[in-house]
Amino acid sequence: MTVFLLRRLLQASGVVLAMTLLVFLGVYAVGDPVEILISPEADQLERERAIKALGLDLPLWRQYLVFLGNALQGDLGRSFVFNEPALRLIFDRMPATLELALGATFLALLIGLPLGLFAGLRPNALRSRIIMAGSILGFSLPTFWVGLMLIMVFAVQCGWLPSTGRGETVTILGMRWSFLTWDGLAHMAMPMLSLSLSRIGLVIRLTRSGVRENMVMDYVKFARAKGLSPNRIVFVHVFRNILIPVVTVMGLELGGTIAFSVVTESVFAWPGMGKLIIDSINVLDRPVIVAYLMMIVMLFITINLLVDLSYSVLDPRVRLESRE
Amino acid sequence: MSATLEVRDLQTHFFTRAGVVKAVDGVSFSLNRGKVLGLVGESGSGKSVSGFSIMGLVDDPGRIVGGSIRFQGRELVGMAEPEMRGLRGNRIAMIFQDPMMTLNPVLRIDVQMMETVLAHEKVSQAEARRRSRDALGMVGIPSPEERLNSYPHQFSGGMRQRVAIAIALLHQPDLIVADEPTTALDVTIQGQILAQVQKLAAELGTALIWITHDLSVVAGLADDIAVMYAGKVVESGSVEQVLEAPLHPYTHGLIGSVPSRNRRGTPLQQIPGMTPSVINLPPGCAFRARCPRADGACLETPAMAELAPGRLARCFHPHVEAASA
Ligand SMILES: Nc1ncnc2c1ncn2[C@@H]1O[C@H](COP(=O)(O)OP(=O)(O)OP(=O)(O)O)[C@@H](O)[C@H]1O
Ligand code: SF4
Ligand SMILES: [Mg+2]
Repeated sequence: MTVFLLRRLLQASGVVLAMTLLVFLGVYAVGDPVEILISPEADQLERERAIKALGLDLPLWRQYLVFLGNALQGDLGRSFVFNEPALRLIFDRMPATLELALGATFLALLIGLPLGLFAGLRPNALRSRIIMAGSILGFSLPTFWVGLMLIMVFAVQCGWLPSTGRGETVTILGMRWSFLTWDGLAHMAMPMLSLSLSRIGLVIRLTRSGVRENMVMDYVKFARAKGLSPNRIVFVHVFRNILIPVVTVMGLELGGTIAFSVVTESVFAWPGMGKLIIDSINVLDRPVIVAYLMMIVMLFITINLLVDLSYSVLDPRVRLESRE
Repeated sequence: MSATLEVRDLQTHFFTRAGVVKAVDGVSFSLNRGKVLGLVGESGSGKSVSGFSIMGLVDDPGRIVGGSIRFQGRELVGMAEPEMRGLRGNRIAMIFQDPMMTLNPVLRIDVQMMETVLAHEKVSQAEARRRSRDALGMVGIPSPEERLNSYPHQFSGGMRQRVAIAIALLHQPDLIVADEPTTALDVTIQGQILAQVQKLAAELGTALIWITHDLSVVAGLADDIAVMYAGKVVESGSVEQVLEAPLHPYTHGLIGSVPSRNRRGTPLQQIPGMTPSVINLPPGCAFRARCPRADGACLETPAMAELAPGRLARCFHPHVEAASA
């Protein structure tokens, strides 16, 4: 296990290093910060002083090394706009995005697993067909459209739910969370639902096909031959097997959910990382863009590692291999 | 003494889009306490479906459409599911063909054994565990206490089949249906398991239905034999009599194709032709196209007839001369 972890950490640092290079070059290609940072009225002397101060006179590889050295010390630069460390800005916004993405994933499992189970066990029932048609809808409706519709119905027409912001928050571990207050939950409801809709569809389809695959397997027939109750067969025997693909896929999807919550956050003015990055791109706030990209890379790596770990908890066959 | 199991004219059909598959269409046999019945036939002859019918485990689109299965005097055909579930794994157990597929890969052996105990008896966890461990020991698994904590993939095929057998034995059932349990294993393991099951069944007084397509397995194991062809039992009787003097032309051909029973030097005989598909089977004897004795009479479907005491066959022109010789 420790060997496995160490190897994964080594791989991860390699990936992060490669990403710093890509991000650095990518952002460098986006545009010249001098144009934005230094007022057009500044004279030649002031310009040169500023360029020197920002280290922009150095050759590219020297600039990269400086960037890397600072990054190692946790310094990804200061936001041009907010004049705050970029990393702190990101961290401030991260809880909002995390709770939205995790909430959406949780909701998807809460709704998708039972529906998928039902559809898999009774594939020919009318209700199953309706569920499957609904799951296709969940897949194919564009997120922003769903978000706008939700706002139209629940905020504008009915006036039940607030449509912007995070509402009341509670501070835990120095981070602000919405999901612990009723007001915060009310604010979360619509963005969470709109973000989870396609994931509900995904869970339903994964669960259904898992149930159908597993129910015809010999081990299910043998379990029936042992005289077990149908409930035990479905919820212990089959469910444990289905959980493996569902957890793997949903875990890997979590990274995407976080990265692509950009749309949902913009629609609902949810003050998360996605909203921040859109605003920063608009004003070419380079340090924030860099910090955001690095943060996303780290998140992906962490999530993949956690998925691998949980996978080996769920599937004993994998557990043995990693031990050997 | 009434028989442990009495199957009469069982019919199990599958209603598929392509037509009605008469997988089992006339199976009769009976089995007494502690006896072993060999159910023999080619692939697709309906052996497994017969076994699943007895277990009440015929899946859609299949259905038992006729006949009766009496187990210790109780009718199993049409029995309510909860009552049937009380018998399954308890009084009637089953062992499957492929040991790699019968155990749940993500549950530990102790979970899979103890749940079987607890499904039929209200005992403590500790007691269920103790019984599971004893059953593992009984089928010859070394250090059963530790092996309880293993997962199926940590066992070899032969060991997994032993675990399945141990599970079948947990409640000391009155009947075990063993569906080709050694076919997937290599020959030495096959022999060991065969001997072990035979010994345990005899000790516990369990009646055994041993399904196989291998006549030589049956010869050493079974008391009685029922030969199946295209969904029907075509011949039954005691092992000695049937193997010594088969009545039905199909059994005759089957025995001729077993190497050990041929005289040295004579070439192996083969039954010409192929097993007919049991979907939309025409009337008449299903063996007609392959039978050397077939004539016009065989366009009718022959009935099972008792040709000698305890000897039944389904044929218009049986090898009676051999039987009486
Ligand atoms: N679920 C099903 N749907 C349709 N037909 C089926 C189904 N299950 C079995 N059959 C048919 O029933 C017939 C008998 O099958 P069965 O499995 O009993 O044969 P078998 O004698 O056990 O053969 P084998 O030695 O290959 O195990 C086959 O023709 C098979 O195609
Ligand atoms: S009934 Fe006729 S075709 Fe069928 S086995 Fe007997 S002789 Fe052959
Ligand atoms: Mg079979």
